[in-house]
Amino acid sequence: MPGEAELRLRERLARLKSLPLLGGARLSGEVERLERQLERLAAEPEADADEIWRSVELARHADRPYTLDYVDRLLDDFVELHGDRGRADDAAIVGGLGRFAGRTVALLGHQKARDIGERMKRNFGMAYPEGYRKAMRVMELADRHGFPVVTLVDTPGAYPGVAAEQHGQGGAIARSQAVMARLGVPTVSCIIGEGGSGGAVALALADRVLMQENAIYSVITPEGCAAILWRDASAAKKAAAAFKPDAAHCLELGVIDAIVPEPEGGAQTDPDAAATLLAESLGEALEELDGVPADELRRRRRAKFRAIGVFA
Amino acid sequence: MSTSRIDVEIEHKHAPPPDGKRHPNTCPKCASHYRDDELEESLWVCPHCGHHFPMRARARIAHLADEGSFVESAADLRSEDPLGFFDLRPYTERLAEAEVSTGLGEAMVTGEAAIDQRPCELAVMDFAFLGGSMGSVVGEKLSRACDAAAERSVPLVAVTASGGARMQEGILSLMQMPKTVCAVEDLHDAGAALFVVMAHPTTAGVLASFASLADVTVAEPGALIAFTGPRVVQQTTREKLPDDFALSEQNLRFGHLDAILPRRELRPYLARLLRLFGDAR
Repeated sequence: MPGEAELRLRERLARLKSLPLLGGARLSGEVERLERQLERLAAEPEADADEIWRSVELARHADRPYTLDYVDRLLDDFVELHGDRGRADDAAIVGGLGRFAGRTVALLGHQKARDIGERMKRNFGMAYPEGYRKAMRVMELADRHGFPVVTLVDTPGAYPGVAAEQHGQGGAIARSQAVMARLGVPTVSCIIGEGGSGGAVALALADRVLMQENAIYSVITPEGCAAILWRDASAAKKAAAAFKPDAAHCLELGVIDAIVPEPEGGAQTDPDAAATLLAESLGEALEELDGVPADELRRRRRAKFRAIGVFA
Repeated sequence: MSTSRIDVEIEHKHAPPPDGKRHPNTCPKCASHYRDDELEESLWVCPHCGHHFPMRARARIAHLADEGSFVESAADLRSEDPLGFFDLRPYTERLAEAEVSTGLGEAMVTGEAAIDQRPCELAVMDFAFLGGSMGSVVGEKLSRACDAAAERSVPLVAVTASGGARMQEGILSLMQMPKTVCAVEDLHDAGAALFVVMAHPTTAGVLASFASLADVTVAEPGALIAFTGPRVVQQTTREKLPDDFALSEQNLRFGHLDAILPRRELRPYLARLLRLFGDAR
C-alpha cells in the first residue's frame, strides 16, 4: 500500500527540491536520503511489519519462559540473594549464585509472572531503583570473587511511579550500567523477552549481548512510541515496524552479538528445548571470554559500546 | 453548575490563550512579558518571579566560558537515518528543519573552553533541537568530549537539557546510554572529573546515563529531573503526584543533587569546582 506515507514523502521531496535558497551539500543530501526512503518504502512489503509484530506478541506471550524458569533448568545449587542492603528487596529483579557448566556464576534477571498475585509481587517485571541496587550489589559480589555475571533481560521498562522517581530511578539505571562497565569478570546478557528501554539496558552492558529469536529490544514500547509520534496508541504495529525492535534488525545494527534460536513456534511451545538452546549459547559466550584478563575485558567491552552509532 | 463555571474562569485568568500558544517571552509562571533584550540581559531568568526560561546552547556557552576561549569540536557531525524512520513525517525532514530553525547541527555543542581562566571541556545540550534528544551524534559528541577532557587532564562540564532518547533512531538511540556511560567510565579512569548542570528538563535516557554519573551534580531551580515525567507517571499509575514532583527541589530533598543554583551563580560555582579539582595538590 503506497498510500498516505508515500504521498507525504513525495510532497516533502518536491518541497525540498524547490528550496534552492537553503541549498548546499546538506540539503542535497536530504533529497537523496528521501529518495532512498521512497525506494525502501516501495520495496518493503507489509510482510516485514507482520513479522516484527509477531516478535512483539511472542516476546510478551504469557507462557513464555521467564528468568526463574531458566534458572530451574540451567543452574544447579541455586542460592537466591535478596535485598539491596539499603531499603528493600525488589522482587521484579531476581539475583543469585549457581553452578553453570562447571563453574559458579552470578545470575540476575527481570522476573515476570503468570498469575495475578505473583504478577503484583513481581510488579510485572518493572523494577524500582531498589531492584537495580540489588543487581549492583550482586554484580560487585561476583566481581570480588571472580564469578562471571549472566543477566537475563525481560522487562517492559523500569517502573514509572512516584516512589521510583523519588528513590532515584534514573541514577540507579545509570549506575547499574556503570558497574557493568567496571566489572573485571566476564559478562553475558541475553534478552529473553521484552528488552524495554532503560530498565533493560541497566542489566545489558555486557561483553556479549545475546537475544532470543523472538525477543524484542527497544527504546520505547510500540504503544508508547505510537502515542507520542503518531498521537495514537493503536498505531502500535505501525510504530513497531518503524523502529524495528526484533532480533534480526538488532543484529544488523550491531546492537547485539548473536541470536539465540528458539524452538519452532517460540520458546513457550517447549521451555525445556528453549532452555537447552539458551544454555548452549551462554556456555559458548562464556567460553570465549575465559582467561581474558580483567583490564582487557573492560577495555574491549567499553570499546564495543562506544563504537555503536550511525552518523556522518 | 454556575459555581463551577466561575471557578474555571478564575483558574484560567492567567492561563495561555485558548489556542494554547503563549508568546515565548511570556513567563509561564507569573505571566510577565519581556522584550528579547530584557530576557537576554537577565540570562533568560524572569526578573519578577525567578522562573528560568530555557537557555540556548550558544548563549549558555557565551555566558559560562571566558570570552574567546571556546573552541568548538566535532561541529560537523550529523545524524544519519539508519532506520529510514517515518512517523507522521520523515526523520530526515525533522532533522533538516531543526538545523534550519536552531542554527545547530545537533542537540549538543562540545568544545574546549576556560571558565575564570581554568581550562575545561564543555558539552552543552540544546532543548530546541528535537527536544534535546540523544541520538547517535549526541552520544558520539559526549563520548569524544570525555576523551578530549581525559587527554588534556581537565574536567568535563556538561549542561543537560533533554527529553530523552531520540526515538527516530530506535534501538541505536537506547545504545547511546551504555555508550556514554562507558565514555564517562574511561574519563574517570583517566583521573578526570565530570560536573553536570541539569537544566530543564533532564529526563529519561540522558538522566539514566552520563548525566547521573558526575562527580558533582547541580541543577537549575524548577527543572524537571525525572526518568519518567509526571504526565506518564500519572497516566500509568493514577497516583496522586506531590506538588514539586520530580522538580529540582524534590531531587535535592531526596539526595540526588549537590545543589540547586540560580543561573547567575553557575559560573562562579563551576569556577570554584575547577579550582578545587585543578589544584588538588
